[in-house]
Amino acid sequence: MGNGSCLLSSLLSSDVSGRLIQLSSDEGVTFGVDGFLPYSFFGGKVWLTTTHITMLIIMMALVVFALIANRVIKRADPEKAPGPFLNVIEYMVESIDNLTKTNMGEKHGGKFANYIGTIFCFILLANVAGLFGLRPPTADYGVTFGLALITFVLIHYNGFKYQKMAHITNLFKPVLLTPINIIGELATPLSMSLRLFGNVLSGTVMMGLIYGLIGKFAIIWPSVLHGYFDVFSGAIQTYVFAMLTMVFISNNFEEE
Amino acid sequence: MTDRGLILACSAIGAGLAMIAGIGPGVGQGIAAGHGASAVGRNPGAKGTIMSTMLLGQAVAETTGLYGFAVAIILLFANPLIGRL
Repeated sequence: MGNGSCLLSSLLSSDVSGRLIQLSSDEGVTFGVDGFLPYSFFGGKVWLTTTHITMLIIMMALVVFALIANRVIKRADPEKAPGPFLNVIEYMVESIDNLTKTNMGEKHGGKFANYIGTIFCFILLANVAGLFGLRPPTADYGVTFGLALITFVLIHYNGFKYQKMAHITNLFKPVLLTPINIIGELATPLSMSLRLFGNVLSGTVMMGLIYGLIGKFAIIWPSVLHGYFDVFSGAIQTYVFAMLTMVFISNNFEEE
Repeated sequence: MTDRGLILACSAIGAGLAMIAGIGPGVGQGIAAGHGASAVGRNPGAKGTIMSTMLLGQAVAETTGLYGFAVAIILLFANPLIGRL
């Protein structure tokens, strides 16, 4: 706080310029991005922050889950009824398939089930990381903006693929509205990333304030707030992010 | 009052004012929830679809409030104005 820096973009995410973001006050309220290990990257000093560590933990959990699921699926006996773990995997895959097919159409939906399933699992685990005492990686603007940029690239890749040059000429459709169309296209990743970031950060800030300021009295009842800020809000925002990704991508299919 | 103190005090006031942006999403989400409730009352069979549409609309309506929240957080914890001193 008050380190006098004015790098707006780097202040809300993990710092790449060597200074650490102190989203914390002197009262012991901590909800900022902390750096652990400095290392040099192309001559600049960057930090290994809580975001990276939490993301590595989440990735490890997902990889271990995927490996176990792979073994279970390969060893599954088609003659017998599937066990409980296999049932859960089948339910997950089927619900992701259904979600993409209902939102993007039968024809194109299956192709995007991989991407939607991946970001769904990742963002869901990232949002509920607050339950395990970790700082949610999605409360770091770098992560959410990266996710939104992937969606942005996918939107326009599919736009060019399915509409060819009409994807560009559509921008100038009502000629007077050209600037608004262009701003609208550019605002899509910004609003998507800020929505996820703001929701998760607000939950993190609230929980940090509760544990930091009235930590002595925060015995059991904060679990209710965890249920709202981490689980409910996190699940809703995951759903919304995946849903908006699907809607924006499938907007480009129809007007062929 | 020092210059730094003035900037800090005004930033705190500004952060509070920025959170007035929370009014709009509150009203909007309330309207969406009310219409969702009346839609479920009219057609209880479509509860799942209504629910997901309502949540999606509410999450989009929330965005403007989150812009205000981002401004407030920047003013409180990552103040760009102090660097101007």
